Amino acid sequence: MAYSDKVIDHYENPRNVGTLDKNDENVGTGLVGAPACGDVMRLQIKVEEGKIVDAKFKTFGCGSAIASSSLATEWLKGKSVEEAEEIKNTAIVEELNLPPVKIHCSVLAEDAIKSAIADYRAKQASRKKAAAE
Amino acid sequence: MKLPIYMDYHATTPLDPRVLEAMLPYFTEKFGNAASRSHAFGWTAEEAVERSREEIARLIGANDERSGQPDGKSIVFTSGATESDNLAIKGVAEFYKEKGNHIVTTKVEHKAVLDTCKRLEKDGYEVTYLDVDRYGMVDPDAVAKAIGPKTLLVSVMLANNEVGTVQPIAEIGKITRAKGVLFHSDAVQGIGKVPFDVNAMHVDLASITAHKMYGPKGVGALFVRRSKPRVRLTAQMDGGGHERGLRSGTLNVPGIVGFAKAAEIMRLEGKAEAERLVRQRETLKKKLTARLPEVHLNGHPEQRLPGNLNLSFAYVEGEAMMMAIKDVAVSSGSACTSASLEPSYVLRAMGVGEEAAHSSIRFGLGRFTTDEEIDFVARLVIEKVEKLREMSPLWEMAREGIDLTQVEWAAH
Repeated sequence: MAYSDKVIDHYENPRNVGTLDKNDENVGTGLVGAPACGDVMRLQIKVEEGKIVDAKFKTFGCGSAIASSSLATEWLKGKSVEEAEEIKNTAIVEELNLPPVKIHCSVLAEDAIKSAIADYRAKQASRKKAAAE
Repeated sequence: MKLPIYMDYHATTPLDPRVLEAMLPYFTEKFGNAASRSHAFGWTAEEAVERSREEIARLIGANDERSGQPDGKSIVFTSGATESDNLAIKGVAEFYKEKGNHIVTTKVEHKAVLDTCKRLEKDGYEVTYLDVDRYGMVDPDAVAKAIGPKTLLVSVMLANNEVGTVQPIAEIGKITRAKGVLFHSDAVQGIGKVPFDVNAMHVDLASITAHKMYGPKGVGALFVRRSKPRVRLTAQMDGGGHERGLRSGTLNVPGIVGFAKAAEIMRLEGKAEAERLVRQRETLKKKLTARLPEVHLNGHPEQRLPGNLNLSFAYVEGEAMMMAIKDVAVSSGSACTSASLEPSYVLRAMGVGEEAAHSSIRFGLGRFTTDEEIDFVARLVIEKVEKLREMSPLWEMAREGIDLTQVEWAAH
């Protein structure tokens, strides 16, 4: 399959590969996909004062899956949580010029972002609840 | 050493320079139509074709029982193995339709066999697709049990193109012969590489192709047994009645000459070549498994094609792996490399988990593979698997002792 230069660049030089402390209350972790389907993404965000100050990923999957998650972490950094929520898979498709059979990789990246944010919010909510009690 | 390195010899092989040499005159000065009976151009072409038939018959042990000489007439030339498989299976099914309607095959056959069988099912035939064991091998007893009064044909491949497993053709041949059922084998991958003898193994029809054995693309053959039993077929191509009416169409003379030269080389050098390939394959396997944990062999450890090494690198996806080693041409059972987004049906039939199927890489070694290339590929694969595992959340989870089978994954 002929990939765009951008996919190859993200694949060969992936941005922000790594792990944040999932027990940190300012870190949200999203783990999406399934090994049986051939792709699993783990995307993590670290939030300070409503802004995403760090983002890391690890991905088991094809070149486009790796590139989609790498791009997502790049976009997440510096955004507010609300802005991050607005990231759509179609933007990833457009930026990476993904072929139709690889669109599901961008969907998975969007799911990973949403899942990381949801995890972060759940942590914040339980912290507030604990503080109130 | 030149890059990229070709390690996909199951897909196709380069032409042996000696084959090209043999073919060249038949494009230019010896260009005649083998069916032209009235002049020297035609006779020269026909002679070359008849010699070629014998050479190919010799390679697969298709000897006349009385004279012991190769029976060239049992070789029908086609455009390749897909056509040979179609002609064998549809040809038998149609010709013998008054006698029965049932075909027995396996779940790991090439699509040229499986899709032909599916077509016949639509036309009212019944097909049994036999399971294989975890090595990809079919059980001869299961073949025996599947044969019923309406069974016309059993079709089992000699060696599997993905995992390299060599099937027990001789045992199956004994069963089909005893039960009076015809036996077809798609022998494409194994010819010249593993023992194959149509008389000793009681094979009645065998599909072969030139381009998997260092011959040209676009030419193949179907062996059709001429006596004990005499196999009859309904032709699938109508026209000038070439190939004793079994396959009309002007013969591809240069291709056939090249095919025969490739067969001759295989007959003379195949055994030594196979020994070298087994050594190189085992070296590659040892180098990789010595350094990388959780690398699993797909297919049978011994009963396999000399040049086939199919490995699953756990926690690394196959297509990503192929991108990482882009200087090496290999193939993968991963879904991402197929248009259908389904992982390999062969691996699934063997009960290999979907994760492992997504992580499989097929290294196909062949005539021009060098020891230097083996060393290079081993080093490159080790480096890239380690890199991709560092990027893999599954690898990290497995290292932390998380049982991945117990995780609730959101399948998509």
